[in-house]
Amino acid sequence: MSHAVPADQKWWSGGKSPFNVEYGKVMMWYFLMSDAFTFGAFLISYGTIRFASNGWPDPNEVFQSFPGLGSGLPLAFVSLMTFILIISSVTMVLAVQAGHAMDKKAVVRNLIWTIIGGIAFLSCQAWEWTHLYHEGAWWGSNPFTNMDGTKASTNFTNFFFTITGFHGFHVFSGVIINIIMLIMTLNNVFERKGHYLMIEKAGLYWHFVDLVWVFVFTCFYLI
Amino acid sequence: MSHEASLHREVVTTHEVHHDEHHGHHHQETFITKYVFSQDHKMIAKQFLITGIIWAIIGGLFSVLFRLQLGYPDQSFPILEDILGSKWAAGGKIQPEFYYALVTMHGTVLVFFVLTAGLSGTFANLLIPLQVGARDMASPLMNMLSYWFFFIASIVMIASLFVQTGPASGGWTAYPPLSALGDASEGSKTGMDLWLVAMALFVVSQLLAGLNYISTILNLRTKGMAMTRLPLTIWALFFTAVLGVLSFPVLFSGFILLLFDRHAGTSFYLSDIFLASTQKALPNEGGSAILYQHLFWFLGHPEVYIILLPAMGMVSEILTTNARKPIFGYMAMVGSMFAIAILAFLVWAHHMFVTGMNPFLGSVFVLLTLLIAVPSAIKVFNWLTTLWRGNLRFTPGMLFAIGFVSFFISGGLTGIFVGNSTIDIHLHDTMFVIAHFHIVMGVASFFGMFAGVYHWFPKMYGRYMNNTLAYIHFWITLIGAYLIFWPMHYEGLAGMPRRYLDVSGWVSFNQFSGLNRFISIVSIIVFAVQLLFVFNFFYSIFKGRRVRTQNPWGSNTLEWTTPINPGHGNWEGEIPEVHRWAYDYGKDGRDFIPQTEPVGKNESSH
Repeated sequence: MSHAVPADQKWWSGGKSPFNVEYGKVMMWYFLMSDAFTFGAFLISYGTIRFASNGWPDPNEVFQSFPGLGSGLPLAFVSLMTFILIISSVTMVLAVQAGHAMDKKAVVRNLIWTIIGGIAFLSCQAWEWTHLYHEGAWWGSNPFTNMDGTKASTNFTNFFFTITGFHGFHVFSGVIINIIMLIMTLNNVFERKGHYLMIEKAGLYWHFVDLVWVFVFTCFYLI
Repeated sequence: MSHEASLHREVVTTHEVHHDEHHGHHHQETFITKYVFSQDHKMIAKQFLITGIIWAIIGGLFSVLFRLQLGYPDQSFPILEDILGSKWAAGGKIQPEFYYALVTMHGTVLVFFVLTAGLSGTFANLLIPLQVGARDMASPLMNMLSYWFFFIASIVMIASLFVQTGPASGGWTAYPPLSALGDASEGSKTGMDLWLVAMALFVVSQLLAGLNYISTILNLRTKGMAMTRLPLTIWALFFTAVLGVLSFPVLFSGFILLLFDRHAGTSFYLSDIFLASTQKALPNEGGSAILYQHLFWFLGHPEVYIILLPAMGMVSEILTTNARKPIFGYMAMVGSMFAIAILAFLVWAHHMFVTGMNPFLGSVFVLLTLLIAVPSAIKVFNWLTTLWRGNLRFTPGMLFAIGFVSFFISGGLTGIFVGNSTIDIHLHDTMFVIAHFHIVMGVASFFGMFAGVYHWFPKMYGRYMNNTLAYIHFWITLIGAYLIFWPMHYEGLAGMPRRYLDVSGWVSFNQFSGLNRFISIVSIIVFAVQLLFVFNFFYSIFKGRRVRTQNPWGSNTLEWTTPINPGHGNWEGEIPEVHRWAYDYGKDGRDFIPQTEPVGKNESSH
């Protein structure tokens, strides 16, 4: 990695940031670590309870519907959701990249795509929740049986709605943050500041939320 | 890579710019912006301290009330009925539900609202910018929000005291199923919800505060303030902040699951329950109450160090300043605090030895727990060797700092008892545990806090606290705390359980009825002496002896290079540059050499 600063610069001796980033980014990284522990606690709780249960529903049976195409398509819809979210991460990278190049138009374009991706993901989630709700699944009620046909405890749906809900809330706040970033970009706030660092920090958050989805997806849909 | 380069070139300068932004602030201040919604870290520190003092009085008063019950289980105090009403103190006797609410709220208030927010909230805010050489915290706005989240949490917690069914009463750990089932007890109804909401707000406050502390320490150190030149207070507050940022979210997750169990019909913590009060078998199935304990103690144990580390840091600073000697083993101090911070995350299950945990797993946690003795012993050794043959000045701050070391040793030693799973099976949930953690965590941290208040009061208010009152406060608190908690070890070894309303029904504990009365009387006296401290504190803010010199303790650290009453921005003109570590006391024939003084040509290196 090339630095624009002399190689012999002492990074830790005070008077400057040791990581060569402004304080907001340090805060963001520590916040993400903190948030990782929140999700970690949720997912480990989920794992503990599932491991201690006699059986668990089969995700291929539970998640097999697609709007307009009916059922019998295991994991098809969630794959689309995951694809949308990952693509929105790509457009976020492009927005950050454009920010580095001080290309306002490209920032705006890619932010809008990211916001659309986020809203699309949330809409998909809303559809999936509604669908499951109509099948009788909710906090405290689980219509699905275990893989071996025995009666399942309600913890499958309890954890599913709690954790995907908490993740969805993160996506929602990410969309709000991105909308604020978009408004600030359109108002030339970053042009005046001379840098698009805020977009980079919003990007960190967005990628984190995506990364968490990978784990949530793995835990609930694949395993 | 081009954008990388341009970004970096630009960022290297950001924090200077940032400083200048703050510098202009302090001209147009109104009462509201100066005292209420202040963004000045020094004012926020005072807000945390005074809120903490109010909480400490409330929490202490709870303990006086339940000590009355424990000391005099067969007597009635009609005045209690007059004050508390016939629901909580019918016939002048504290009712069981109220007793449990008292011990629960005593624990919650003292652990979180006093010794976390009141202690690190105060001193992290006051000392971090002053000692690293910054105009203010990285984000003064977030800093202000952190106080106000704490304030709202306080309001909600206070409100829970006044709901009809009373505050939470399932213990400060809020273990389910008791805390999850509103039908299980009075205190598990609205009081428990308010407790959870208040704690969630508290976690938000801690997160905002912690992120600020970390980024300020890393990014805003003044020129020359290398990490290895930081005063030990700052290192301690840094590790405290990291612990808080990484452990509170886990508690937060645990609370969310608990809220769902309470209100959404889930079974995260619940399984196979028959409720005696309603004579009903509950449908909940598949949950685990032990899961909550894991989530709780994953915060709960680091929390011990969140409470203790700031006290350790301040004590190191105060001891060395008043011994007129360099701190012994600076790097060993930093290293052992780092070790403590790591180990803090790896020992939580030693609170759960009797939950039916696999004995092999228990033995792993015994090993990791006992490992903490190593860094702790290093720190004690370093404090004692710092004092050794020092030119001691027994200021009130110094006395409390020495008191801290005393309590840390005597409370730490009993930690070796309870840290062993085999002995813990006998001692668990007895008064021995109460004695252990009150001495090592409660009293010791309070002593660190008192030391800090007496030592930095001149910086906070430009006046001194009254010494005579301070000495009375110190000696009665020191002796009283030992008289209260030392006998509890014997009670606990004999098997006397904690949390019980009345143990007089057991013949085996009758021998302790005199001792219990004695403990109760001493705790009332010690509580009264704390009010003396509170009086001294508030009186001295307005009427204390004025500070006439910039550096009254002859200290090396940067906060004493600011004006006696520093404004927002701390230094007039440039922020001083640092040229040496903070501990050049008694060096080359000089009493002390401030950090701002360049290293001389013929000076020996430390």
